[in-house]
Amino acid sequence: MENEIIFKEELAPEVKLIKVRAPLIARKAKTGQFVILRVNEDGERIPLTLIDWDPKDGTITLVFKEAGASTKELGNLEVGDVIHDLVGPLGKPSEIPLHSKVCVIGRGVAIAAAYERAKKMKEAGNNVTAIISARTAEQLIFKDQFRKVSDKLYIVTDDGSDGVKGYANDLLRSLLESGERFDLVYAVGAATLMKSISETTKPHKIKTIVSLNSLMVDGTGMCGCCRVTVAGKPMFTCVDGPDFDAHLVDFDEFRARIHMYNEEEKLVLKIAEECRCRS
Amino acid sequence: MQKLEVRLKQVSMPELPVEERLRTFNEVALGYSEEQALAEAARCLQCTRPLCVEMCPLHIDIPEFIKLIRLGNYTEAAEKIRQKNCMPSVCGRVCPQEALCAMGCKNTIGDPINIGALERFVADWELETGVRVPEVAPSTGKSVAVVGSGPAGLTVATELAKMGHHAVVFEALHEPGGVLIYGIPEFRLPKRVVKQEIDYVKKLGVEIKTNIIVGKTLTIDDLFDEGFNAVFIGTGAGLPKLLGIPGESLCGVYSLNEFLLRINLMKANLFPYKSKTPIKVRGRVAILGARGMDAARAALRLGVDEACIFYQRKVVGRADDIRRGLEEGVKLYPSTKPIRLIGDEKRWVKLVELVKLKPGQPDRTGKVKLIPEPGSEFLYSAETVIIATEHIPNTIVAANTTRNIKIAKKNKTIIVNQENLEAANGIFAGGDVVSGAASVIKAIEAGKRAAQSINAYITKH
Repeated sequence: MENEIIFKEELAPEVKLIKVRAPLIARKAKTGQFVILRVNEDGERIPLTLIDWDPKDGTITLVFKEAGASTKELGNLEVGDVIHDLVGPLGKPSEIPLHSKVCVIGRGVAIAAAYERAKKMKEAGNNVTAIISARTAEQLIFKDQFRKVSDKLYIVTDDGSDGVKGYANDLLRSLLESGERFDLVYAVGAATLMKSISETTKPHKIKTIVSLNSLMVDGTGMCGCCRVTVAGKPMFTCVDGPDFDAHLVDFDEFRARIHMYNEEEKLVLKIAEECRCRS
Repeated sequence: MQKLEVRLKQVSMPELPVEERLRTFNEVALGYSEEQALAEAARCLQCTRPLCVEMCPLHIDIPEFIKLIRLGNYTEAAEKIRQKNCMPSVCGRVCPQEALCAMGCKNTIGDPINIGALERFVADWELETGVRVPEVAPSTGKSVAVVGSGPAGLTVATELAKMGHHAVVFEALHEPGGVLIYGIPEFRLPKRVVKQEIDYVKKLGVEIKTNIIVGKTLTIDDLFDEGFNAVFIGTGAGLPKLLGIPGESLCGVYSLNEFLLRINLMKANLFPYKSKTPIKVRGRVAILGARGMDAARAALRLGVDEACIFYQRKVVGRADDIRRGLEEGVKLYPSTKPIRLIGDEKRWVKLVELVKLKPGQPDRTGKVKLIPEPGSEFLYSAETVIIATEHIPNTIVAANTTRNIKIAKKNKTIIVNQENLEAANGIFAGGDVVSGAASVIKAIEAGKRAAQSINAYITKH
């Protein structure tokens, strides 16, 4: 059945992977693209990056963090359950360089999205250095997979429970300071991470691409909820992105816009929890 | 004398009282009762050369359906309309009759006949008592892919189904209806009504597939590969055009589409219990642009302090709805143009800077342009801003195909052969995607014409 969950795995606390039957999307998906789904009738439309897809068996793979009420509901679905609405693939595919030395950086749940890009870059014959980071060791996902697709893998945790203690950006900076050179840096993660990476690579004039996780409603360019200023012009992440030249992105605006509904998100989460307590 | 007076005046349609309107999103216009409809129908002069029919883009036989009302044959009256218009309950509510059929009404000594209200009365009567599905022609074995489930697409599908062709409608969003669902608020067009009209289309054998973006999930090439004999593009004009002024991406600034999409499609007005999609609208709301009446009325229902539309010449909308908006407290500020939006330290909008406009020198054609009045700049403090300017078509469908579909550079409309609405071999287009943002009835009219052309095309090929 279409939109049916056929596999589910908990990768880390509150981070889940699902494989969903979606033959049409699997047939068309390309690196860097995403889908939008609704868990149920009154659900939000949530954008999620495509982590993997198989046109032959007609499935797509998604990874998400149960950060809000809607992603929690998604996390509550089990194998055999059907996602109410699923549409895609959306957004422009990522540009995969050739014969280049690239550095792919991912943090937290976004390591999954970084992995998908790293894999494609490796397959295209690039030399791939990867930096994956998380708060603690247990939140590091896709570690083994990353090993297979990177020539060099750096692991960074805030608390030092795995790999280097510290932050991905500090590691990148020290690599660059010690003379390491990249043709391309690709970063995906929280706004602060992407901003700091961008600031680090700018003086070195290294082309840097970020994948933005803007808020969206329709995902087809209709509403402009996801707009972000790039090189002084409003761009729509859903149709012009999600990949943008980091050195041209107004990250402060981006960060403000993705947090526009923080209070509301907390409110629905509270209501959902109260409901669960009562029942 | 009293009788004459009654005949001169339109039977007014009951409406929700203003206080009640502002507490809900329920439909404002309540529709005629049977007695009221009969009284209004009695006013029709039954002209032999009716101008109302000429003024209607669909040329509905208005005197005839009014005559059927007088006879109490409401179902027949509705069927009379349905011969020309597959969505009478929608058009009865959203058509600007004062600029169309009612403008042609020859009842010159009195008010024109309230044709829209009568159309709505019979359409609602029919929907409540059960629509009789007309017999469709035997299957031709031909199939047509219809891209977009708005008024144009649904009309094409309806007409083709009646001719015996199999029509499959592809919709990008999770609900069919296009602008009827995402664009027009519940208080003007209840979604229940749209759903009933869509059920009627389905009963004719039309298949509707939601969550499929033609141009992404499937391309036009795929559709032909799958065996469709022709394709119709009716994707409307759904992309917002921003103003191009500083501050447009501040928090609290919505495009009209985002604002209405959140409310109409995602039910953000029912947040947080019955919908999980939020909307942040509060304080004073500045609506920038002439198309903002629906947004202003929706904002007032969400409890804002003030909703003011800043525009240049004329607010877009049906006369009745503009009147209702004003009754509800929408403020109008004509002859103004926004210059920039100013935010606070957290990047939330707090002020709009505008300039007043005055008539400039007439140009060679005698047209007077409005020009900024130097020194007339002023500030309006607003916590929410809605940009309500024009919309342009989305090129996602036409751009992602190997078939050569021409798109106008300036306004992104699809260029068609005006005779038969053909955009490329076997591909037809109509409605707002061709004309630029227009009206529901014009899209229906285009849909009917396209269906004729498609029928001719697939019968030949």
